[in-house]
Amino acid sequence: MSVGATTAMLLGLLALQVVVAFAIVRSRDVFAATMLSGTLSLLAASLFMVLDAADVAFTEAAVGAGISTALILGALALMRFRTRGPRRANRGLALAACAALLLLWLSLIPQMPRIGDAQSPLQQHPLTVEYIEGTREKIKIPNAVTGVLGSYRGFDTLGEAYVIFVAGLAVYLLLGSRRPRRVDPEEERYADR
Amino acid sequence: MRTGSPVVVRVVTKQLVPPILLFALYVQFHGDYGPGGGFQAGVIFAAGIVLYAMVFGIETAKAVLPPSVLLRLAPLGVLLFSAVGLYGLATGYHFLDYAALDPEDPAHGQHLGLLLIEFGVGVTVAATMLLLFYTFTSRRPPR
Repeated sequence: MSVGATTAMLLGLLALQVVVAFAIVRSRDVFAATMLSGTLSLLAASLFMVLDAADVAFTEAAVGAGISTALILGALALMRFRTRGPRRANRGLALAACAALLLLWLSLIPQMPRIGDAQSPLQQHPLTVEYIEGTREKIKIPNAVTGVLGSYRGFDTLGEAYVIFVAGLAVYLLLGSRRPRRVDPEEERYADR
Repeated sequence: MRTGSPVVVRVVTKQLVPPILLFALYVQFHGDYGPGGGFQAGVIFAAGIVLYAMVFGIETAKAVLPPSVLLRLAPLGVLLFSAVGLYGLATGYHFLDYAALDPEDPAHGQHLGLLLIEFGVGVTVAATMLLLFYTFTSRRPPR
């Protein structure tokens, strides 16, 4: 893809993300906001795909747009809530904070390396060279991401797998007990009322 | 989740779930060559089952993959990963040095090791994600 086409697609996706983000902020319906945040994730996944980061795009699409949306919907189904109208907030303060952050980010942009710049410090780092060439020569697989995650950084990946396991186990132990709960007679009477 | 989904949704879901699961397996076992790996594969697999559960009901999905099975699969994945690491330690290599799996050809050992640990990650991630989903959706709302 040419640089112009890539830039155009990035700008288009970023603009769409801004539109969806505003829609989430403006939305007064939590279900609509949940679906819109899934849309935001899907747009982010497309963005990563345009940047040739397919592994990240996969994760964003499956976790951000898929599983977390389903989990939030499942949690919302359990909640009792009322949808309230917009609260009166200090708009001047919020606008000032947003403008200050925008100025800060805009001032930082010129210091960022260009997309795909081979001369950027990250690309010049000896470790980057080792990862890219080592994956090809020592592990002999084409996907450097798998080489780094599984082999060079196997400790981290093992730790991540345990974190996911322990987190899931904790949620299951807290919420998923299948044993019938001992019912306090007092509580029972209260619940029937 | 409701079971009375419209017929179009049910038919489309039935067409979609098998390719999603197949794609998850492709991402799982082709992670060395294409994009993806165990984590992505596990989440995609779980997403396929979640789609099935949302359309056909959580109980139907539980008949396919009961929580009791998931509770055993989740630790098995991380144990497989750890076992590969410990095998290296036991045979005089470093912890998680996959070259131990094939001392004659270290690159082949790396391939084998990556395949095994990615499979372990995939199993744990898929089982944990589904367990989370089941746990949330099986609770009744407070009165």
